[in-house]
Amino acid sequence: MTGFAGPTLEVRDLKTHFFTRGGVVKAVDGVSFEIGKGRILGLVGESGSGKSITGFSILGLVDPPGRVVEGEIRFKGENLVDQPEERLRAIRGNRIAMIFQDPMMTLNPVLRIDTQMIEAVQAHHSVSADDARQRARDALGRVGIPSPDERLKAYPHQFSGGMRQRVAIAIALLNNPELIIADEPTTALDVTIQGQILYEVQKLCRETGTSLIWITHDLSVVAGLADRICVMYAGKLAESGPVDDVLDRPLHPYTKGLLGSVPSRNRRGSPLAQIPGMTPSLMSLPDGCAFADRCPRAQGDCRQAVPPMAEILPGRLARCIRPHLEDQA
Amino acid sequence: MTVFMVRRLMQSVVVLLVMSVIVFLGVFAIGNPVDILISPDADQLERERAIRALGLDRPLWEQYFVFLANAAKGDLGRSFVFNEPALRLIFERMPATLELAGTAVVLSLVVGIPLGLYAGLKPQAATSKGIMAGSIVGFSLPTFWQGLMFIMVFAVMLGWLPSTGRGQIGTFLGIRSSLFTLDGLAHVILPAVNLALGNAALIIRLTRAGVRETLLQDYIKFARAKGLSHRRVVGVHVLRNILIPLVTVVGLEIAGLIAFAVVTESIFAWPGMGKLIIDSINQLDRPVMVAYLMMIVLLFIVINLIVDVLYSVIDPRVRLQDVKG
Ligand SMILES: Nc1ncnc2c1ncn2[C@@H]1O[C@H](COP(=O)(O)OP(=O)(O)OP(=O)(O)O)[C@@H](O)[C@H]1O
Ligand SMILES: [Mg+2]
Repeated sequence: MTGFAGPTLEVRDLKTHFFTRGGVVKAVDGVSFEIGKGRILGLVGESGSGKSITGFSILGLVDPPGRVVEGEIRFKGENLVDQPEERLRAIRGNRIAMIFQDPMMTLNPVLRIDTQMIEAVQAHHSVSADDARQRARDALGRVGIPSPDERLKAYPHQFSGGMRQRVAIAIALLNNPELIIADEPTTALDVTIQGQILYEVQKLCRETGTSLIWITHDLSVVAGLADRICVMYAGKLAESGPVDDVLDRPLHPYTKGLLGSVPSRNRRGSPLAQIPGMTPSLMSLPDGCAFADRCPRAQGDCRQAVPPMAEILPGRLARCIRPHLEDQA
Repeated sequence: MTVFMVRRLMQSVVVLLVMSVIVFLGVFAIGNPVDILISPDADQLERERAIRALGLDRPLWEQYFVFLANAAKGDLGRSFVFNEPALRLIFERMPATLELAGTAVVLSLVVGIPLGLYAGLKPQAATSKGIMAGSIVGFSLPTFWQGLMFIMVFAVMLGWLPSTGRGQIGTFLGIRSSLFTLDGLAHVILPAVNLALGNAALIIRLTRAGVRETLLQDYIKFARAKGLSHRRVVGVHVLRNILIPLVTVVGLEIAGLIAFAVVTESIFAWPGMGKLIIDSINQLDRPVMVAYLMMIVLLFIVINLIVDVLYSVIDPRVRLQDVKG
């Protein structure tokens, strides 16, 4: 394990579908990416594009009627798909940790913070409750929670949303995981705290070699944080590449549309562009490109077959047959 | 906490007063005890003397205030039939009822919670569907019919268990109860099971619904994402949350079991309060009826109070000051 030289996480053609009464919802449908040691990957996309389900799939936490139907999730070379529950349990929260989207819902309302932190340590290490408490205290300190001793004895409802999210982040840090999946972790925080957390997280990745998947729909957060970025649309990747290239010169019209709908300083005054139309239903996706109906560049052949994810420029992939090549320097 | 207790106490007094009026009027409406107590061939003079002795010659409101004044001193009147204090009659029979109801509650919890947990965790399993179907049956069988069937099968046909009365009484740590002797246990099984069945069914359904709902919560998924064992997730994270609705229902169930064990006590000739109240209704023994009903009201008040306090222990979000009684 120590000598493993490959990427920390390698996801190959992941498909997670929900078999509902109304039909099959293809929440994640052929997603591939990889993250090296100490690297940060930004996973962006509109609401419902499958970002959270991708995260849950990695941890083996997709609940019925959903299930991973295809693909590989290689964590340090070991395929996590179809691993027995006990093997996954030993990895969850220990080597791969996840921070959930909604801080108001992630902590158990009837258990004290210390209970919820100590159990997370003791699930993986046979240490005394006192040692576990010490670790919990340190972790709370790292995310900037004042007087951690007192806070440990409190219940979740005594914390604000931002504080709860910091507790959740502290729980993720408890066992020094090799990979953290952070699902929009800073949306509930105010800007100063957000900056502080981002700084902490970056430092952690640099110092300990922890890899990070940062899920968000806020492109400005990813810009300063991630090394690479994956843009998701309707369960598939639309584009991936180094963060600066993708954000400065997007290849996929969807990425360009997303960027156009973000307010920014240098375009002040000009109206915000909106992507027309709505995300297609994941239950009945069109034959061709799922974005075609909303795409200004779409032509007849876009609707015939789903375009493959192709390396259009070195290190830059896009699922589009008419990428924005004209913008590239 | 103190503020809560004081306010709760005052509310309880008001409830007791209102109930006493209702009970008094209700009992008065059932019939005139004189017709039953005094032999029909007694002459007019004798009749009037008896009526005066029982205090029945005075207007109703005066009777009520006499009752109230005595009640404040802890005297709820003397039984017309036994010529003994009504309270003493009730307290004599209370242990038998408490014993029966307590056994039934424990049985229904011990059976109901595990089965409900199982059905909630594995809703698709055939066993779970069987449990749920069984709970509907347990729910809908009339107690008296079910009791008669128990007697027929286990006492008459198989001859395994006694069907009537309370068994031998033993003493343990200064407490006298029939639960401390084998004979007593044998006697309590059938009536307790009879009483417990409907409640067990209710607890199964409640536990299952609670588990189903709790499992969908984000904090359960987060608990799993921390790498906790299944046992810990269910035993601590799920169970602690479903205790909240369970405590309420179980509290009311206990009160209900004690108050309405009447049917079961009659069928199994269990010498408890239920049998006493049936007898006193038949004989229009007003003081006993009134005292019994007031005791039951008090019981509900006390149990509700305990439930509210327990609530604040189980659910940290509930603070007692906030609870409206
Ligand atoms: N239990 C389920 N049953 C059916 N469909 C589901 C279920 N859970 C998720 N989905 C579908 O999966 C899709 C992806 O959901 P996901 O939570 O991953 O979106 P997301 O990208 O995280 O969005 P958001 O930004 O709003 O969090 C959604 O469109 C949703 O309809
Ligand atoms: Mg999400």
